[in-house]
Amino acid sequence: MERKTPLYDVHVESKGKIVPFGGYLLPVQYQGVIQEHMAVRTAAGLFDVSHMGEVLCIGKDALANLNHLLTNDYTTMYDGQARYSPMCNENGGVVDDLIVYKVRDNHYFIVVNAANREKDFAWMKAHAFGDAVFTDISDEVAQIALQGPRAEEILRKLVGEEDIPEKYYSCRFHRRIADMDCIISRTGYTGEDGFEFYVAAQEAEKLWKLLLETGKEEGLVPCGLGARDTLRLEAAMPLYGHEMDDEISPRETGLGVFVKMDKREFIGKEALESREVARKRVGLKVTGRGIIREHMELFDGEKKIGISTSGTHCPYLGYPAAMALVEKEYAVPGTKVQANVRGRKVEAEVVALPFYRKNAKG
Amino acid sequence: MTYPVELKYVKSHEWVREDGDVVYIGITDYAQDALGDLVFVNLPEVGDEVTAGEAFADVESVKAVSDVFSPVTGVVLEINEELLDAPEQINQDPYGAWFIKVGQVQEHEDYLSAAEYEEHAQAEAEA
Repeated sequence: MERKTPLYDVHVESKGKIVPFGGYLLPVQYQGVIQEHMAVRTAAGLFDVSHMGEVLCIGKDALANLNHLLTNDYTTMYDGQARYSPMCNENGGVVDDLIVYKVRDNHYFIVVNAANREKDFAWMKAHAFGDAVFTDISDEVAQIALQGPRAEEILRKLVGEEDIPEKYYSCRFHRRIADMDCIISRTGYTGEDGFEFYVAAQEAEKLWKLLLETGKEEGLVPCGLGARDTLRLEAAMPLYGHEMDDEISPRETGLGVFVKMDKREFIGKEALESREVARKRVGLKVTGRGIIREHMELFDGEKKIGISTSGTHCPYLGYPAAMALVEKEYAVPGTKVQANVRGRKVEAEVVALPFYRKNAKG
Repeated sequence: MTYPVELKYVKSHEWVREDGDVVYIGITDYAQDALGDLVFVNLPEVGDEVTAGEAFADVESVKAVSDVFSPVTGVVLEINEELLDAPEQINQDPYGAWFIKVGQVQEHEDYLSAAEYEEHAQAEAEA
């Protein structure tokens, strides 16, 4: 049985097309994926991401626990900083990827993928030690993402300068939007500038409607999961269950920069030290006719050289693209490969990631 | 949603326009709306045989790929090449955007009238 987010009734009311995703009923689109995608690239879009899980980690040993559980290093963080990390199993595969916010010393706020929420929470508790308590607060928290080049302009109508986190991957706690207590985070999953708001579940509807109304002039539109997926693909952001899973290591999938092998220890470190990186995540630009989607086999002539992990038509770029895991000797831009698309060979070329990069500010 | 009365329909959401002894085949307004923005169409070739009830083309939206089924058995006389470069025509004008023109029609699926099809589509939308 799928869960509903606190915004479910609003989505139905505003004619979102509802589908099950990650154990939740969420809108896949409102007006259309392409229109919503383009709105985020050129103006702004609003997403219900309340399905994401939130876990608190509190105690004198919270930092030591995070550094044990996660491959990234959380030692040098300022209050309000966010830091991404894979969470590995003993074999160096990925349990989940997540973001940790430092609230203050001994107090952290962790955001995990919806579909992995129970698994992650059980994993964290099973590996906890000393004075550190993990608490799943997902049901009490709603998350709304405001994304796009005009996101800041819209937010400025609602809050003061001091409420807006300046740096990417940082946040401000206990900010008031209208009279709602919010975390305002400068993060996102679209490849654009933007913000994610964490608010009490019972305030979600009010915040959603206020943001939509406030951003009307700037062209803000509600967006579904369809656009969220095409946007993250253009920006080459990995998605758990596609570009990584229990078997795929973070280094294979291009997340090596978030694996701090100089840390004294963390779960999966030993395995990662000895594990050969035989394949790499690459971008594929389709040069033939067709769309390469997830889990399609890739060939060099007759030789199987890898598998696609995600793929779709990229609305902003105007061509189909995919991400794939290929044997490392094929992971060179310009390499030609063929995908088996339902029995038909479709030509593609390895290209550098990301496919899309937003213009620098200014 | 519109369902022109001069067309015939099949339950798998294609329409048929009869023109003398040839037929034009496309997908319905309901189908294009359910699929969402179409970004790719794979059509058969002229001279291919199509079989009633079997897939002859596929359409891809940003979300997924779906088969398009032939309401008739016959031979492809012409394909609408414009759709290959502009699949969005199917969303914009589902009854103008024919996929294939078929001749030597031997048999066809059970046809529904516009009113019958509309009822079928509504029932499916509510299911």
